[in-house]
Amino acid sequence: MINIYVPCDSTALSVGADDVVLELILQADRRGEDINIIRNGSWGMAYLECLLEVEVDGVRIAYGPALPEDVTSLFDAGFLGGGDHELCQGVTQEIPYLKNQERLTFVRCGLASPLDIDAYIGNSGYRGLQNSLKMPPQAIVDEVSNSGLRGRGGAAFPTGIKWNTALGAAVAQKYICCNADEGDSGTFADRILMECDPFTLIEGMSIAGLAVGADQGYIYLRSEYPLCKIMLEKAFKIARDRGYLGQNICGTDFSFDIEIRMGAGSYVCGEETAMLNSLEGRRGVVRAKPPLPAIEGLFGLPTVVNNVLSLASVPIIMDKGGDYYKDFGIGRSKGTIPFQIAGNIKRGGLVEKAFGVTLPELIYDFGGGTMTEKPLKAVQVGGPLGSYIRSDGLDLPMDYEKFTEAGAVLGHGGIVVFDETADMSAQAEFAFDFCAVESCGKCTPCRIGAVRGEEVIAKIRAGENVEENWHLALDLCDLMEAGSLCAMGGMTPFPVKSAMEFFPEDFTDDPKILASEPKGFSDKNMPCAPKETM
Amino acid sequence: MAHQKWDKETAKSLIQKYSSLQGGLLECMHGLQHHFGCVAPESMDLMASAFNLSRAEVHGVFSFYHDFRSSPAGHKIIQICRAEACQAMGSRGLTAHVQDLLGLKLGETSENGNFTLESVYCLGNCALPPNVSVDGKLYARVSPEKFNKIMTEGA
Repeated sequence: MINIYVPCDSTALSVGADDVVLELILQADRRGEDINIIRNGSWGMAYLECLLEVEVDGVRIAYGPALPEDVTSLFDAGFLGGGDHELCQGVTQEIPYLKNQERLTFVRCGLASPLDIDAYIGNSGYRGLQNSLKMPPQAIVDEVSNSGLRGRGGAAFPTGIKWNTALGAAVAQKYICCNADEGDSGTFADRILMECDPFTLIEGMSIAGLAVGADQGYIYLRSEYPLCKIMLEKAFKIARDRGYLGQNICGTDFSFDIEIRMGAGSYVCGEETAMLNSLEGRRGVVRAKPPLPAIEGLFGLPTVVNNVLSLASVPIIMDKGGDYYKDFGIGRSKGTIPFQIAGNIKRGGLVEKAFGVTLPELIYDFGGGTMTEKPLKAVQVGGPLGSYIRSDGLDLPMDYEKFTEAGAVLGHGGIVVFDETADMSAQAEFAFDFCAVESCGKCTPCRIGAVRGEEVIAKIRAGENVEENWHLALDLCDLMEAGSLCAMGGMTPFPVKSAMEFFPEDFTDDPKILASEPKGFSDKNMPCAPKETM
Repeated sequence: MAHQKWDKETAKSLIQKYSSLQGGLLECMHGLQHHFGCVAPESMDLMASAFNLSRAEVHGVFSFYHDFRSSPAGHKIIQICRAEACQAMGSRGLTAHVQDLLGLKLGETSENGNFTLESVYCLGNCALPPNVSVDGKLYARVSPEKFNKIMTEGA
């Protein structure tokens, strides 16, 4: 019997993986071949999906991107024996895109079926939890602090400090909340992890519960990710059956369980306090801080709010130690981060690398440049609230502080590439439009500023009082940055101002604007990096 | 998608089930919409009394979230991702094409109830844009031609 791996995640399904499987079964039957199809998680090489792998003498040979109509020629080429074919990518692990990564959080992703708990355990799963179960809570928190892990959701706040605050709260009931509201365009790492290696998240949340003294976890999952819900719920059941979730985990007196709560299409609920309100069944309105969620969070009780990838990085830290983890990375950006290369890009996908890799390496060496093969015009890093970076400013190491210095946002490592056809004034108008639609409405700069901003940019684009409106737009940006309650209003100016500064010719041909000193993104007013208080 | 017709008793028992869930109002609305295809205006009072909230509070939650609708959508729900990664690969042009083809603007349902066209901000498949979802099934790298094919081959 020959093992064939076909991924089961959303990306593979979106390019017809189920049809490929159907075709494989039909053809194998017709040809009298004995095949065993394993629906594994994705390796994250989206550009090769649907990526088939055939196990030949214990080695997996990759073929992709495969369409259902390629199956006949694959059989004809003898792919069951590793035969050559135009789609053959060679040994999976030797594909440069994968080989040149440093996979810690995603180390298991793609190896096996996402719900195969024995494969999970066999590939060093649950070692972190086993180690943690033998440690006092403070020692777990110290290990996570020592690793230098910072919030992977975008704000990069040290995870250990949050945990320590929650640990110190002398209250019987505490919560672990996993923020799985991955709403930013250009990001899909949370989704891949939940769909392809859900036990890692379960293990990470369990360790967090053990560390701070919480017995209940919630995953706030966006409604656009229905497959994540299915995978996680199946994984919960398997973990409970095997004693890794629920009462008396691994025979100890530690109990912890997890519930999923679905979001309902609101972007701002990715902000942690809005998320807490939404989890409580309320409008997803941002809360003023303090009180910090770690002291007064969900239902008014101490709550650790961490992003999916922060929690999913904990198992390897508790398995191999904080020292091992912090050996990766540079400066204060320790460990690895899964970059997500997206937009107009030839080889889009997930690339986990240590901090310090540069944008050109990610965009060109991994990504292969633009899909359309037209010159690159701009790159937006860190989601819709991240600034646009011009093609001549790409030479930046991926490091939180270096990005902040350059007036940009590393955020969660989502990278969206645009070619020369992009109209950056349309992108600026969109940034305001998006903010107007998604603002929670609590603070005035965001609620009204976004609407006015959209109007002003539209006027500039229409050539109405350009000079006056240009300065008005910049003033409005300053006000929103300084006066908004959260990053939604506070960072919407980032894409707007960067587009205005770097691409004024996309807005107007007014010589006064084009000749003026750029008073925008990179001047002294700008570096108002993501304000994270916790 | 097949949904049940509004029925007060069924709604009541559904709401009752969710009201014991701590902070369960959103889950309750999801449950109602899953069952009836919408969160019917008639259900607002029922939720208010089950969750011990005012009608205004319940309506406030309902109206805050894009997902909830007060009347059922068309038979096919078509969502076009209009976020940045998809914009970088032509989602604006695709949107114009789909609007022309269906004779609908974003947010509208056709008069015969066949289609609802919506925008969505990120389907999480940004490495293969532009993306479209039809009744929850995700399609990647959707050109106008590919969209026509998805429609005619009965996605």
